[in-house]
Amino acid sequence: MIQETEIIKDTTHLGDEGEMVINMGPQHPATHGVLHLVVTLNGETIKKIEPHLGYIHRSIEKMCESLTYRQFIYVTSRMDYLSSHINNLGCALLIEKGMQIEVPERAKYVRVILSELTRIASHELWLGAMAMDLGAFTPFFYAFREREMITDIMEDTCGARLTMNYIVPGGLMYDIHPDFQKKVKAFIAQFKSKVTEYEDLVTNNIIFQSRTKGVGILSAEDAISYGCTGPVARASGVSCDIRKLFPYEVYDKVEFDEVIETAGDSFARYIVRVKEMNQSIRIIEQLIDNIPEGEFVGKTKNVLKLPKGEFYTRVETARGEFGVYIVSEGGTTPHRIKFRSPGFSNLSALNHMAAGSKIGDLMATMGTLDLVIPDIDR
Amino acid sequence: MFSLEGLTAMIQNWLAANFNPTMVLVLQCVIVILLAITLFAVLGLVLVLMERKVAAHIQIRLGPNRVGPGGMFQTVADTLKLIMKEGLTPDKADKLLFNLAPFVVMMVGMLLLAPIAFAKNFQIWDLNIGVLYISSISSLSVIGILMAGWASNNKYSLLGAMRSGAQIVSYELSAGFAVLSIIVFTGSLQITDIINSQENGWWLFKGHIPAIISFVIFIIAVTAETNRAPFDLAEAESELTAGFHTEYSGMRFALFFLAEYINIFIVCAIGATLFLGGWMPLHIGHWGGFNHLMDYIPSSVWFMGKTFFLIFLIMWFRWTFPRLRVDQLLDLEWKYLLPISLFNLLLATVIAIYGWHF
Repeated sequence: MIQETEIIKDTTHLGDEGEMVINMGPQHPATHGVLHLVVTLNGETIKKIEPHLGYIHRSIEKMCESLTYRQFIYVTSRMDYLSSHINNLGCALLIEKGMQIEVPERAKYVRVILSELTRIASHELWLGAMAMDLGAFTPFFYAFREREMITDIMEDTCGARLTMNYIVPGGLMYDIHPDFQKKVKAFIAQFKSKVTEYEDLVTNNIIFQSRTKGVGILSAEDAISYGCTGPVARASGVSCDIRKLFPYEVYDKVEFDEVIETAGDSFARYIVRVKEMNQSIRIIEQLIDNIPEGEFVGKTKNVLKLPKGEFYTRVETARGEFGVYIVSEGGTTPHRIKFRSPGFSNLSALNHMAAGSKIGDLMATMGTLDLVIPDIDR
Repeated sequence: MFSLEGLTAMIQNWLAANFNPTMVLVLQCVIVILLAITLFAVLGLVLVLMERKVAAHIQIRLGPNRVGPGGMFQTVADTLKLIMKEGLTPDKADKLLFNLAPFVVMMVGMLLLAPIAFAKNFQIWDLNIGVLYISSISSLSVIGILMAGWASNNKYSLLGAMRSGAQIVSYELSAGFAVLSIIVFTGSLQITDIINSQENGWWLFKGHIPAIISFVIFIIAVTAETNRAPFDLAEAESELTAGFHTEYSGMRFALFFLAEYINIFIVCAIGATLFLGGWMPLHIGHWGGFNHLMDYIPSSVWFMGKTFFLIFLIMWFRWTFPRLRVDQLLDLEWKYLLPISLFNLLLATVIAIYGWHF
């Protein structure tokens, strides 16, 4: 029997007298990706923000149920496309843990170097995009100059610039490019010489500081209760760096600081990410000269089968804690995968942070949350 | 060297010899109108390209370099494109105001061309209240912007227009006081008198402290008046799409676009006239040889050089600083710039009375 379906009217509450409801997005120069924000305004002050998600939902988790354990890893590159290596690493770690696969030291070192390079590339893009949201158009080009060097390295070694399919369970897909070490060192030298440029142009700029200081404050308790991780939580004083708390690969062998600020405003989040870039450079410097010789991939069967059970692992992406949870029935494809996306929890705190401030502040707050919508929508 | 006053005298004499006085006046008006329109077109061409090239080089890229040698005809291509675009009028927009707004803004630009002295004896209208005329006519542009915002029947445009209106009206005060500090030194509102008083040195140097403070305040205030970054929240692309001219397309948008650049030219021309000596060459004290050498450079080159230097400065600001939030912008004006400029006016008056300037 065919039932008539009733088209449900748009349930957005129209607001009280004097309030204006505007839609920011899904196509908007400042929401990075297809994010639909329904903003209730009273003049210039924001009363409520309601994010409407799902514009780029691609049923990734369902799709992975029909992909083998070797195939599903690279779908995560398409989720948070700015941390593709790190996402892939998370999935590979999970399979290695579940199947007890040995990873050679060489592969571990290179995977960590690639993860840190990806983190720097992601933060560079964030820096440029955030400055552009606030009206400073030039840092975008300067940040992309450094990012180009990283994507060049990735293109040589991994074959692609953005969605790099290179990490396999057990190690790497093929050995690194012969110029890898040379280019990474050249990049480190260039980056260090340009850090002062960013400082002068953005960090020490009084207009930038007055637009971000005291804006979008998130307290430590709220950060924990909303489930925020990554730079968003670290800027509020919550220590949550997975690389320090639950070290994986060779993170326990390298020296680096976990960057924590306590102010919880947009400027603190900005400073945390800039300092994280410097810490990543520190990690790469310690590792780049000491890549051990040897195999680049451990011995694995061709067809991988995770034993029956539930497995979870987590890695620290540029945005926060990325978790992979697999329920396996012992077959060649996962029975159910769940990805814990960092952006989703960070976005849920947006209403709390931005309600009561002005539209210009919304830009500053959203910029420092560093949202990548495909990561949230999956 | 070639001087434009010879040209104007020649035209004047020829006209007077061949036509009766009323006809002479009418013909002079026609010639001036044609020249003004040509100047607008050429300036638009040059300034838009200059902006794009300056922006590009600051952003480590090249800018337009394909259309014509060095990208010279890029603006021509852009204008052709804008002319051929469909000029949409929103459905419930107020038709009269919607169509009138770009013309009001353009008209302000044209009227302001009158008192500017482009070279020695090359001025359209040397009225005795030159500076007052400039201040009052430039206030009319607010009307055009508010008309555009209201008539668009669009929430974003209205927001943008209101912000812009508040901004322009506030910063006019500081700009006015900055200009007044120089008038206190010159004692006359007439442009020719102001320029002639700078024969032995530009007011920026002669007026030392108050002139430098006025200059800085003037540059900040005119950047805000012409809606340029860091005060461009009226057109803040990442926040409100395009502010008060969101709904304009085609030729009407081209007029707004052109009017913005003409405004920049005019305020920089005024700044150059008041602070940097207009068409007066750089004379340093009693260095006869140097001064004589400087006199060889035609006065129009001096004027354009100074104006374009200030234009470059204003363009430089746009690509360096982030945008100010609207309340920070108004704070800056009312809590900082206005008190400072009032105090500066007082300082300038005291210095002028006691003759402590050079």
